[in-house]
Amino acid sequence: MINRLTEHRGLDSFDIRYVALILAILGIGVLSIYSVTYGQRGVGTPYYLKQLVWIGVGAAAFLIMWASDYHHLARFAYPAYAMVLLMLVVVLFEGRTSKGAQRWIAMGPLSFQPSEFAKLVLVLVLAHYYSKAPRAGWLQRVIVPGLLVLPGLLLILKQPDLGSGLSFVAVYAAMLLMVGVRSQALGVILLFSIMLFPFAWEGVWGSLHDYQRQRIMAFVDPGYDPGGKGYHALQSRIAIGSGELLGKGLYGGTQSQLKFLPEGHTDFVFAVFAEEWGFMGVLVLLTLFVGLIWLSLEIASKAKDQLGALLAAGIVAMLCFCVVVNIGMTAGMFPIVGIPLPLVSYGGSATIMTMAALGLLLNIKRKRLSLFY
Amino acid sequence: MVTGHYPETEFGDLHRRLLILRVGLLLVVALLGLRLWHLQIREGPYYRDLSENNRTRQVLLEPARGLIYDRHGVLLANNVPSFSLYVTLEDVKDRELLIRQLTDLLGLDAALIRKKLTAKGSKLLPRKIKDRMTLRDATLVESRRLDLPGVMIQVESQRNYPGGMTAAHILGYVGEISGEQLEKPEFLDLHQGSIVGQYGVEKSYDRHMRGVAGQKNVEVDALGHEKRATVVDKPQAGNDLYLTIDARLQKVAEDLLGAEQGAIVALDPNNGDILAMASRPGFDPNVLSRELTAKQWVEIVQDEGRPLNNRASQGQYPPGSTFKIPMAIAALETKTMAPSSTVFCNGGYQFGKRVYHDWKAGGHGYVDLHNALVHSCDVYFYTVGQRMGIDVMAEFGRDFGLGKATGVELPSERSGIMPSTAWKQKAKNEQWLPGETISAAIGQGYVTVTPLQMASLIGTVANNGISYRPRLVQAVMDRMTGNLQEIPAVPRGKLSVKPETFRLIKEALADVVTKGTATRAKSSVVTIGGKTGTAQVAALRTGPEESIPKKFRDHAWFVAFAPVESPKIAVAVIGEHMGHGGAAAAPLAKEVIEAYMKLTPQVPAVTSDRSNTEGPGRFSNDS
Repeated sequence: MINRLTEHRGLDSFDIRYVALILAILGIGVLSIYSVTYGQRGVGTPYYLKQLVWIGVGAAAFLIMWASDYHHLARFAYPAYAMVLLMLVVVLFEGRTSKGAQRWIAMGPLSFQPSEFAKLVLVLVLAHYYSKAPRAGWLQRVIVPGLLVLPGLLLILKQPDLGSGLSFVAVYAAMLLMVGVRSQALGVILLFSIMLFPFAWEGVWGSLHDYQRQRIMAFVDPGYDPGGKGYHALQSRIAIGSGELLGKGLYGGTQSQLKFLPEGHTDFVFAVFAEEWGFMGVLVLLTLFVGLIWLSLEIASKAKDQLGALLAAGIVAMLCFCVVVNIGMTAGMFPIVGIPLPLVSYGGSATIMTMAALGLLLNIKRKRLSLFY
Repeated sequence: MVTGHYPETEFGDLHRRLLILRVGLLLVVALLGLRLWHLQIREGPYYRDLSENNRTRQVLLEPARGLIYDRHGVLLANNVPSFSLYVTLEDVKDRELLIRQLTDLLGLDAALIRKKLTAKGSKLLPRKIKDRMTLRDATLVESRRLDLPGVMIQVESQRNYPGGMTAAHILGYVGEISGEQLEKPEFLDLHQGSIVGQYGVEKSYDRHMRGVAGQKNVEVDALGHEKRATVVDKPQAGNDLYLTIDARLQKVAEDLLGAEQGAIVALDPNNGDILAMASRPGFDPNVLSRELTAKQWVEIVQDEGRPLNNRASQGQYPPGSTFKIPMAIAALETKTMAPSSTVFCNGGYQFGKRVYHDWKAGGHGYVDLHNALVHSCDVYFYTVGQRMGIDVMAEFGRDFGLGKATGVELPSERSGIMPSTAWKQKAKNEQWLPGETISAAIGQGYVTVTPLQMASLIGTVANNGISYRPRLVQAVMDRMTGNLQEIPAVPRGKLSVKPETFRLIKEALADVVTKGTATRAKSSVVTIGGKTGTAQVAALRTGPEESIPKKFRDHAWFVAFAPVESPKIAVAVIGEHMGHGGAAAAPLAKEVIEAYMKLTPQVPAVTSDRSNTEGPGRFSNDS
């Protein structure tokens, strides 16, 4: 490190493998969105074109993040978090409702989902918190950051957006794991969780919307009512399974083309892809994701300071969580919670946020090559 | 490397933890991969099947039912397009909601819809909920397609009877196949919702007319809406029927009965062709071929006039004096009576303690067989009956087709009763009483006949003992090949009765019309021979006819043939509770015969070139 006297020279850090992986995954996403909405032409701008616009915006965010300095950004962590919380409150009162949940803030013809940005800001907040001072003792390590997470989490669950809420918890858990939790602290948490579970269960189950409860029930036995509660899960499994080894080809996915599979361009885009490209296609996509995450972990482990490492770890954890839970839920391994597949699912907020996060990762890599900041 | 607030050891930990994260990541991805391998490779074919079933629905294409024409090609039954509403349960998300929507939208009976939706059957096959929808209702449903998943409007053919009530009992009607019918082997290739003949020739010739259903595979989206369709089998239209009846004569006969209850059968004695077969009261087969509500159905079934009953083939009446025809033949053939031997009639016949009255209070004096028929002397036939005995009478009666169904191609034909000692033993487990023979001799007591049997009987007499099974269908035309398959007349053989006997009987029957009991049947157009009959309904009759309540009045019979020299038509008329045969029934028979004689000269014979004068939906009408 110290031998490296080179001042950062921009392009050195612009890891071409990294960018290639991102572009490949984005490409698969656009292709799948194009295919699933192929038969729905004529209603406004096609989804794949809109997604291309989001990717353009996301690319700008990526470059801005890459060119900036995460130390600088970290200084704005708390004000940013305050902004996000404010937006989440606004969503509750002024938000646009869609499918029983109020998640969007409308801005003219566009609308965006603050909960997506909240995830990234949370990573920034927690990384900033842990790196600022040696947070010793379980109060400082567990409880205080937990209290930081809580308002955001509650506001998101209130929307309700179970998927984003779970991502929040996942980021928090990943950060905890990274900074290390003493075993007795872990024990205390476990104990409290178990003790509080009956109350929490009541609170959680009671606060869930009907469709969320049904989805969880459906996870237990999706086959029992194909037209009703288990519909998403079963149709998604049929889509994936019927792809077999080589898939049905572009536009060949009958499950999605004939609208048996709902949300084919958003949360269930993986099922569309799996149906049309089969197990081989799935392997390719999984490999791309593993490659991207692997490189990201590389960045995390080589970060030059605490903040960088934690930031990188948090982002990777968030990415990992979304990929695994999304694929798991479409494949019928987990209950269906609304989590999009990063870089693949259609959606402006999620795409821009993910690309910004990846830009931030590259920024962490860039900064490790620089001596001064 | 990394600098920060945590001691070096703890940073070493961070790297160790990142390693854990990597291993964990690989593990989780491997699990995902394994799950996907399981779904796509191991269970792939299973899910492939599920996805195929998901998107294809089999829709049956109903065949066009064969058309029905009269003997001259006048259209009696055809098919008209109509809209039907189908529901595929598989695509219905909320059954109760759908029922509510359909009742609100179309005003259908909720209970009826529910019954149809819960009936046994495949969830994947569309089931018919409503037919004969108006265009307005059909468009209403179509415009709300997106709110009504699983609902489909099909255009299909609906049975139509252009003549309305004309020939309703012969044609019958069609209806959706019932649950019991579906279990029967003859309906093996049919399915719930199939239309089959339920009455008349629609029923007896159903196999010919129903055709073969086709099938199309429809690719549907998640709401059950058709995306693409591929026809697997084309439906095959059913075959057309050409009946023996003359629609014009049929109409004449029905109009003659008017509001009265009764039946008129006219047939061609030379081949058994039924020219007209009227039964009143009637019904409109167009109404019955529709979906009836339970209330409508009860109304029809409980109607005291029993309009669904074909009185011509299902009505059983005492033949009254018309029975004297076979009695007279039997008397001559068995030499019980010589043509010239006479019986003195003083108006009553003493048998044991009981006196059997003649219809004419003062009696007819000395009567021979000729006069006994012409004036319908009861005492003469009491004597003949008593001398012959019931079993000889029964033998002759059966020779003329009494006591057994004629075998006409109609469902539920009744056989009537030709009693005998054996019959009574078997049916009632009782001894035959001698007095019963005397009642039977004038067609009362246990003897019952159908008007069709009587028409056939008088036809056999007119044709000098050569008889044919009455038939309604003379040809079936194969829609697919255009071949006209004639259905030959079915001879029933020749009775071993001397021609001289028939000559004497026919002479007497001609005199019945010219100077006997049926002078009101006398025609200026054609010579008619016939016999009146008055079937007693109630044993006790007091006062004039008009004072008796209608339902206790006698049934009026008249059987006739014409022209006497070379008979072309045989007619049987029964007017329920219309009183004396000579007064009430004879004029009706005359009208039918005259109408037929007027119609016949212009009538061309049945030719096979009819095949090119018809076509589905074509209203051919040469009358």
